[in-house]
Parts: sequence; C-alpha cells; structure tokens
Amino acid sequence: MASRALYSPRHPVLKKRDDFEDVLEERRRSSDLRYALRCYTPTLYKGLVPCKVSMLKSIVLQSDHLQCVIKQVSSESGDSTECVAEEASLILDEMAHRMQLSTVRFFVFTLSKAFKRLFRSVCVNEEGIQRLQQAVQEHPVVLLPSHRSYMDFLMMSYLLYMFDLPLPVIAAGMDFMSMKFIGEMLRMSGAFFIRRSFGGDKLYWAVFSEYVKTMLRKGYAPIEFFLEGTRSRTCKSLTPKTGLLNIVMEPFFKGELFDVSLVPVSISYERVLEESLYARELLGVPKPKESTSGLLKARRVLSEDYGSMHVYFGHPVSVRSLAEGKIKRSQYNLLPRYIPQKPSVDTHEFLNDAAFRLVRIQEENMVLKPWVLIATLLLQNPDGMDLSSLTEQTDWLRHLALAFGAFLDWPDHEACSEVISCSLALHRRLLSVSAGHVQLSVTDAPQVETTPEEAVFQRAVVVLSCASYRNQILHVFLRPALLAVAMQSANSSRKDDIYNCFNFLRNMFSNEFILCPGDSVQDFEEACYLLMKRGVLQVLEHEIVMSASGQSTLAFLCSVLEPFLQGYQVVCRYLCEETNENLTEKEFIPAVRSFALKLILAGRLKCCEALSSDLQKNALAALLRLKAVRKVKVGDQVTLKVNKIAVNSLEDTMGKSDVISK
Amino acid sequence: SKRFLSEGLSVLSQQKSMVVYHLIYFAIGCYETAYKLGLSLSFRQEIMKWNGWGYSDSRFLFNKKGQAEFTGKRYRLSGLILPSLKDWFEGTFGANLQHKSPATVIAPPNLNEPFIEDLKAAGVAASHDPEDRVFRAHGHCLHEIFALREGRIGRVPDMVVWPSCHSDVEKIVELACKHNVCLIPYGGGTSVSSALECPHEETRSIVSLDTSQMNRILWIDEKNLTAHVEAGIIGQDLERQLNEHGYCTGHEPDSMEFSSLGGWVATRASGMKKNIYGNIEDLVVHIKMVTPRGVIEKSCLGPRMSTGPDIHHFILGSEGTLGVVTEVTMKIRPIPEYQKYGSVVFPNFQQGVACLREVARQRCAPASIRLMDNEQFQFGHALKPQVSSIFTSFLDGLKKFYITKFKGFDPHHLCVATLLFEGDRGKVLQHEKQVYDIAAKFGGLAAGEDNGQRGYMLTFVIAYLRDLGMDYYVIGESFETSVPWDRVLDLCRNVKERIVRECKERGVQFPPLSTCRVTQTYDAGACVYFYFAFNYRGLSDPVHVYEQVEHAAREEILANGGSLSHHHGVGKLRKEWMKESVSGVGLGMLKSVKEYVDPQNIFGNRNLL
Repeated sequence: MASRALYSPRHPVLKKRDDFEDVLEERRRSSDLRYALRCYTPTLYKGLVPCKVSMLKSIVLQSDHLQCVIKQVSSESGDSTECVAEEASLILDEMAHRMQLSTVRFFVFTLSKAFKRLFRSVCVNEEGIQRLQQAVQEHPVVLLPSHRSYMDFLMMSYLLYMFDLPLPVIAAGMDFMSMKFIGEMLRMSGAFFIRRSFGGDKLYWAVFSEYVKTMLRKGYAPIEFFLEGTRSRTCKSLTPKTGLLNIVMEPFFKGELFDVSLVPVSISYERVLEESLYARELLGVPKPKESTSGLLKARRVLSEDYGSMHVYFGHPVSVRSLAEGKIKRSQYNLLPRYIPQKPSVDTHEFLNDAAFRLVRIQEENMVLKPWVLIATLLLQNPDGMDLSSLTEQTDWLRHLALAFGAFLDWPDHEACSEVISCSLALHRRLLSVSAGHVQLSVTDAPQVETTPEEAVFQRAVVVLSCASYRNQILHVFLRPALLAVAMQSANSSRKDDIYNCFNFLRNMFSNEFILCPGDSVQDFEEACYLLMKRGVLQVLEHEIVMSASGQSTLAFLCSVLEPFLQGYQVVCRYLCEETNENLTEKEFIPAVRSFALKLILAGRLKCCEALSSDLQKNALAALLRLKAVRKVKVGDQVTLKVNKIAVNSLEDTMGKSDVISK
Repeated sequence: SKRFLSEGLSVLSQQKSMVVYHLIYFAIGCYETAYKLGLSLSFRQEIMKWNGWGYSDSRFLFNKKGQAEFTGKRYRLSGLILPSLKDWFEGTFGANLQHKSPATVIAPPNLNEPFIEDLKAAGVAASHDPEDRVFRAHGHCLHEIFALREGRIGRVPDMVVWPSCHSDVEKIVELACKHNVCLIPYGGGTSVSSALECPHEETRSIVSLDTSQMNRILWIDEKNLTAHVEAGIIGQDLERQLNEHGYCTGHEPDSMEFSSLGGWVATRASGMKKNIYGNIEDLVVHIKMVTPRGVIEKSCLGPRMSTGPDIHHFILGSEGTLGVVTEVTMKIRPIPEYQKYGSVVFPNFQQGVACLREVARQRCAPASIRLMDNEQFQFGHALKPQVSSIFTSFLDGLKKFYITKFKGFDPHHLCVATLLFEGDRGKVLQHEKQVYDIAAKFGGLAAGEDNGQRGYMLTFVIAYLRDLGMDYYVIGESFETSVPWDRVLDLCRNVKERIVRECKERGVQFPPLSTCRVTQTYDAGACVYFYFAFNYRGLSDPVHVYEQVEHAAREEILANGGSLSHHHGVGKLRKEWMKESVSGVGLGMLKSVKEYVDPQNIFGNRNLL
C-alpha cells in the first residue's frame, strides 16, 4: 500500500501508472465565469474542527508552546513578555494567510483564461484525485508538489478547486511579499509567507511551527509546501529540506494526530515558462526581483505556446507507516509536549530519509515528453545531427528509457518522425533546423557585434535551457550511468572495484542528484539489474562483463554524466590552481565562472555547463562534505580553506579526463 | 455425598469454625477420604463457572423469542428481559443470532511423591482431581476462556493444596523448597494477565496453592481503625463481615465479588472508590508474606516509616513470584452515613475529560467518577430492560431530556459521567453541588441518580456479557492504562482508531467495538479503560487475531505516553514491555530481589520478570 509505494521497487519497469485526463477540455467548452462562481462544496476531513481565520490566530498565540517560548525569549532578552508576545503577534500577521473564497474565485476565473492560452492541455490523473478525496477525509493531508515554476502552486489550488477538494494553505517564500498587490492576492487565496532564513530566531520558528501545526491538528486545510524549498532552476530535483517536514510530522510523533497523509505531486511542463530566465540566472545574470510590474512585462509569455502540462497526484504516504519501527514515539513521553524539542539524531535521520524518498517519488511520477529525449541527444552532439539520425537515435533512446522505467508520454499512434518534428517546432527558440540538420543555436540573438565572452554566454543560455530538459530524465539514467562511468574508470572487471568506483561517484554527486543516503548497495544492484536486463552487461559472481552489443549504451550513459564530471573537474582545477589564501565564499561562484570562461575561450573546455552556478555550488558543497575544503569564519567574512592534496586526489579519482586539455 | 460434604464444609468454613473442620477431618481419619474432602474444600467452584465469568446461575442468554435476558437472582438485572440488546448486538458486531458456535482430557498429574508424603504428614489438604486442577489453571484472559470453551486445555497444575492458616503456608513452602516443587499461589482466579497460566517450560511438579481457606478476619482494632485479615478472603466477604461490625475497607475493585485480598496486594489493585479510601498500597499497614527465605514482615504497625525503601513495595505487585501473602493489616473506616449516585451528560468526550480534569485540579473528586465515551453510552442503552421496575430506562428519560430541552446534544457524540458520593449527608450534598457546578461549566447536564447507579451496576454484569458474545462468534476483552491528563484525549482517540485499523487489516469483517472510559482521576493524570470486541466469523484463528490487535493497542498506548498497566498487572501477557517500562536497571533490581528471595524459583509462575 502506501508504505510500499515509497520504497522504490526493484523492477521499476513494472510500475503501473494512472491514466491522464485533460482538465482544460471542459474549460474550453463552458463559461469560465459561471465556473468560477459555481457552488464549491469540498470533501471535508472527518475530524475537522471548524475554525475561522481570526480564531486560528488567537489559538496559535494562546498555545502552550508559543507561550512557553515567549517566556523563554523574554527571560533571555530581558524584554517583557507582553513585548515579546506583541512581537509574536506581528510575526503571525506578517505570516498568516487570509484565505477567502471570493479571491479564489477571481483566480479561478483569470487562471482559466490564462491556462487556456498558455497550455494546449493540462493533464491530471483522476485516480490520484480520487485517492486524494479519500485521504482528505481520513487524516490531515500534506501536499508536496515538485517546484519548477511559479505556476505550480497556482495550478495546485486551481485543480483542487476544480475537483471539490479543500483548498490548501501554501508555504510561500517571503520574496512574493514584495509584489504588493499580487502578494496580498496570494495571501487571500491561501498562501502564507515565511522568511527565507531565520536560523537562530527562536520566536519566529515557534510562531511558524505552531501556526502550521495548529492548522494541521484542526484539520483546517491541507498544508502545501515544497520539499525542495525553492524552484529548481535546472529542472533537476533539489536536495530536500527537512524543516517543514519535521513540523508536519511532529503532531503524529507526539500522538496529537493518529496519522498524517503525505501526497507527493509531480508537476511537469512540456515547456517551462521561466526557461531562459533560469538559464540567465544560472549564468550570473541576477534574477529579476519579483514585482508586479515585472509580472506585467512578462505578459509576453502569454502569447507563446507552452505545450502541455502534467500533474500527477501520487499515492498518499502514511506518516504512521513510514515511521513504523523507525521512530520510537515514546521518546516524547517524558517532556510536556508543548516544550520545543530538537529532533533527535534518529528522528533527523528518519526525516532526511523520508524527504529523499518522497522526492524520488516525485521524480518517478514526473511525466517526460519526447523533447526530453531529443534535448539529451542534441546536447551530446554539439555540432548538430541530421534529422534522420536524430529520429533513429531518439527512437533507440525511447526504448532504453522505457526499459529503465521512464514515465514517458509518447503519442501512441504517431510516427516517430512526426513526434519529433512537433517537439522541434514547440522548442524552435532553442534550435536551428536547416536542410535536415538540427542544431542547438541562438535564434533570436541580437545582430549587433558581440564580444567573444558574450557569444559564449549566449551559447551557454541555449545549452543550459536545453540541459534543463535533459535534466528531467536524469533520474532515469542516473544509476546505470554511474555504473557505466564506474566501469570505465575502474579499469577492472572485478565487481568490488567497480562498486568502489560507483560508490565514490555516488558520494561525489550526492549534492547534485537525488541519491537516498544509505541506498548505495541498492542503487548499485538496481543499475546492474537494469543493464543486465538490457543485455548490456553480464553480472557474474565476482565480475561484471560488458557484452559486445552494450558498447553504444554504455557510451551514451557515460556522456550523460560527462558535463557533470567536467564541471566538477573545473571546480577542482580552479581550487588547486587559482586560489590564494583568502578566497571568500562570496567570491567563489564568480571566480569559478570566469575561470571556466577562460578555459572555454582558450578552447581547452568545450562544455558550457561548467558555467552553471548550480553545478558550481553543488560541487563546493560536495567538497565541503568530503572535507577537502572547509569554511573558516574571519570577521564577518567566510573564507574557504582548500586542502589542495585532497582536492587533487578527488579530481584524479573522478577519472583522468582529457577534456580539460592543458 | 460429595455435594453434601462440600455444602456442609462451606457452611462450616463460612462460620470460620476451623475447629469443627479439623474434627471432621480427623473423625474420618482416613487419608483417602481426606483427599476427597480436599476436593470438596473447593466449594467455590461448585457455584462458579469453570469456563466463563462468575456465578453459574448468572448468565446472559437469548431466549426462545430471541430476546436477551439475564438469569439468576444475584444482580438487579437478574431475571429481566433486555429487548434492545439483540439489535445492538447485531448492529454493532454484525453478529447474527442464527449462527451459534458449539463446548476433556487432562494429562495425568506429574506428582512429586515425597512432597505428597511430607504434606500428608503435615496435615495439609490437597487434591489432584482433574476438575480442581483445571479450575486453577487459568485466569480470565480471552485466550484462556476461549481455549476452555473449545475443550483445549494446556498445562494445568499437578495438584492443589489448601492451607488453612499462615503456618500451613510456611510448611508448604518449606516442603516445596525441600522437594523442589513449583508453587503457584491462587487467590480469586480473576487475573487478566495470564498470571495463572502454568509455564510450558516447567518440568517440576506444579502445585497450585489455593488461599481460599485462609479467609478469616483475625482481629479488628477500633482504636486505630485497622483490621488484621487472612489474605485468602474474598472481597465481598471481607466487606460484608466488616459491615457487620459497622466498618468497611472501601476497597472495591470491579472484581470484588471474586478476587481476594492477597491477590489485590500481589497485583497492586485499585478500587473504584480510591478517591476516598486510596488504592491497595495506601490501605495496607502491614503485610506478612511467606517466601522461600522465610517470612517477611515489618516489626510494628506505625503508619509511615523512613527505614529505607519500603519493603511493602517489593511485595505489592510481585504477582506471586516471591511468595504467598498470608495476612494483611489494613485500614478500615466506619460505614459512610450517606451514599448518593449521580450522573452528568456532556455534549462530547472532550468536554467530559476537561470536566474530570478540573474536578481533579480542585481535588474535589467524589468517591468515584467515571466518564464513558459515546460508544459505551450506546452500549448502556442496549442493556435497558423491558420492565420498568428498577431499570426505568436509563436513556429514555435522558433522550426526552435532550431532545426536548437540550437539542444541542448530538446522540452520536454525547457521553456520560457517573458519580458516587459518600460521607455524611450534609457534606455529600455540598460536595455534589460543587461537582455539578464544575460540570455545568463544561456543558454538562445532571442526568439523575438512577442513571448513575445503573452505570455502576453494569460494571459487575458486563463481564458476563463476554460469555454471551462467545456463544455468537463475538470475542472481546478489556484492558487499561494510566496517562497524564494532557494526553488522555489523544491516547483514547489513537488507541481506539488503532484497534479499528488493526482489525480491518487482519480481515475482521465487521467494524469492532472499540470504546473507552476514564475510570479514575489523579492529580497528575487518569486511568483509562478500553473495551474491545469483534465478530470473528470468517477468521481461522480468532484468538491469534485478537492477541495481535491487543498487542498493537498496547504498543499504541505506550507510544502515546500511557503506562503498561494501571492495576491489572503485568503477568506473562505484558512481560515483553517490562524492560522498556522500568528500564534495564529497574528490571535488574527486581531480578536481584527475586534471586535473593527465591533462588530455586519455587514461585515459578514466571510472571513480571
């Protein structure tokens, strides 16, 4: 059941997924206004304690937990309790949503119009909706959508309204608040705002966690938040955050709720609205501040075709069954439950593990469009491909992906070439097609003179945009690809050697990809199984042998990881060659970027992806984790101390790549 | 003639005329006859069921018309027709009265002949009659009764001995040590923790030590308000005999018709009226226990001592693992001048719990205050008798009450608290007002004396209902815990839901009865009692399913901050959680006591540790 769905099955191919239905179809036939004003009667939680927005606030402020923290803070800071309580009240005002149905109706109306213009279809698995309808009645529900676009949470609320499900309250980043009008509108449609960082602020944390828990305990509304914490600019799932997950699980740990249902939701876009915006951001062009006028300027996006969108509601995961045998709830017996307690080491490990597995479910249920395959191939062939060979290879890749369990939305009764030309047309901004030759290129480049640096950046924008599509399918190829690279660099067919290499790479890349901690052996076995089934490998007792026909598959899989290997090597090379004693954390990204740019301009590096700040950050995080680099705080500056020997040896172990030719 | 003798003896022993008893014993003079006599010493089993709860003449049954009735003359419900019970029964369990389930070969005893020889010489009555042995081989756990009804009987004691006084017990224990015989003390046989089950791994001869003949009040000290009593006395006899002198102990566990004083001490029993009189540990002043090391007792009757850890606390709750409690000096009180029942209806369980909490906060709890949840309230409804004699419908009056005047009460949420006040009349009335005033603050409405009284009486007859259920494929049991106030609601909800869920997962076809009541209030928490029953048709091994669900429910209790037991004890049923409950060191301490006191494991029932 729910718990089983969580532990990714050994044979992903056999996974059964629900069918989709286009929800826009009906919207195109009937009045949006009448639809927005229709009678909305959501299915309710059986234990619901009816509660108004204003009551919610006083319940939170009067709660034992908050009162206890207010006293603590007051005695630590010397401020009067009234003063601290006032501060808490202000925090809550800043944070709280003010959901009202009329605003939601307004959004439903406008979004109906907008979605119809933007998307050809919005497909939803109705079985998932039915499961959710069951789940909301039984236990409080937490919705965990993936986060690729601003559209995500608008779409979520829109769909829940559409299916007569209770509207969620959504944890949103404070940056929305700066969009005055829109911020308030979002607040009135159920968003509540949290500051991006409030690390040591005890009072803030107390208000925030009590607010969320109160809504959960009362069954006020489903809580929605993004496990990844922020929008993924690369369309790769981000390493999940556990703070909010802990908050929503704690009422179960402490026995205040019998159970909580976590519903992972996978939202995928055939074309991401923020596509090139993200690429520019990754290249260091700062992200435009969220502002209402900025949003109006973005109207241009309304005139474009963004293809279809898929929303997959996963099986509800019961926190109770997740925690079975892993969390000893009696650990909470000896302290009054309102006294805040840091999660124990075990709890923390459990939360982390659960968060990774939930993100894995999101990944596995993410619908992939044909373009994802094409983008993968085009990135591996920077000089372009003939249409015929592109068609042939896409077809090959399609079968490989399906064999590895990809959730591919490939039109059933259409010729492969037809499917490909459709995809190419939708993404024409990233391509140039001439005389049957397809190549990634800058089509709307300004005609004015450009410096070589600018030209590199323009190319990089296209490459990173395209990579964001390839990234969507990485989770399918990741484990076999790690194995392929491991086989290559192990230079041995002994299973142990290969596993050691595999484990090293897995460890190295665990900030880059979603790799559940502690699943190393399982991942290795899964990779072996998939490649063996595909006839690429023979896995013997102590040896792994490549079969004759497996060459091309292994080569493809190696090139999937190549940009990342190169990117990490660039970072390592930079840290070894270029850094002085006083490299600050802030300078790191720009410095690596210009180092990579230099290499590209010198013709020593082909791969533009090394310019991505996301990759650079992940590489640094990995090096910090592996203790090859450490942070030292000097004054208010954080500087990076590099252990050059360690970094060098990591770079070597990653494989002697000749790509960065000296 | 056996019957005659037994009746004669029971009369004799009730008259506490041990001299006459000994005269008969010696007059007959022959060992064989004495052996037979020993058998008749177990007169109790003549009037009690051997495979069910309570008196043989009292039982629920569905008569030819399909109406439920309760037989016998012993209870206020006896002889009455209960028209609603059938519908409730069928509605709650999906049990159909058309389907009725069907009720021995005992292994020959493993006798230790030298022990028997010595025992004979010591003049202690004994028997190895199968009926005597089977009767003492079990308590009242579901699996024990179920097995008896199915005719499946596991290891039973190899013989039964009936000591008649403290020195008899000393002799028996000494002989048991000498001949390495396993002793299992037996008081009232009402255990619900598998405490009386004979350990399968026991290879020695197992002797059940029945204390029922040690049933005299030895003296009453009116100056200090104490009574010195032999530990085999049964609760109702103790109370009745004290009443004749104008006193009572006030200790009234639900099993008091059948359970013994020694059993209370050995399990840390709790009585319904503990708010006035205290639990057993508050009531005892002095305990005498015979152990393999000798007799343990204190040297004086001082009301409190600072002499290291209280040795009574090694005895209280020792569950027959250390020795036999033979005599107890306990506090007595004059019989209260005035007693008054009462009841309050609350709109929902939360309000009810909040009220009980407030009553406890103000330390004004009546002698007893109990809160039933809605399911139990509905169950009470089903036991409404047809004739309106004493049972003028609990709920009829009430129903009218809330439907006409207090419509706000949803019959699917409301719950009832029953109250019992005791003391002098003026104070009782004042106290009553105070409690009802608090109740009113939580939306509670006074619902009359009769309802309260009936509520308490149901406690005694409810145990009989399980036997009826088993006739119709319904099995169930109760279990209890104690928990801090702030967790009462969460624990009740979670445990009830866990039971429903576990039943479903294990293939129980109908939703189970899963209900609870708060039965005791303390300063820092409450005692919660759960009833759980289900229809087992379609299940191949219902008892196993039952045990799994009960196990899960106990896990849930512990996870929600509840204790392993409030008063039932640990026995063998809950042993696995002892370490978790009292820590490894705590368990080690108890073990080292056992090791010192009983190195040969003569008291080998293997409870607790």
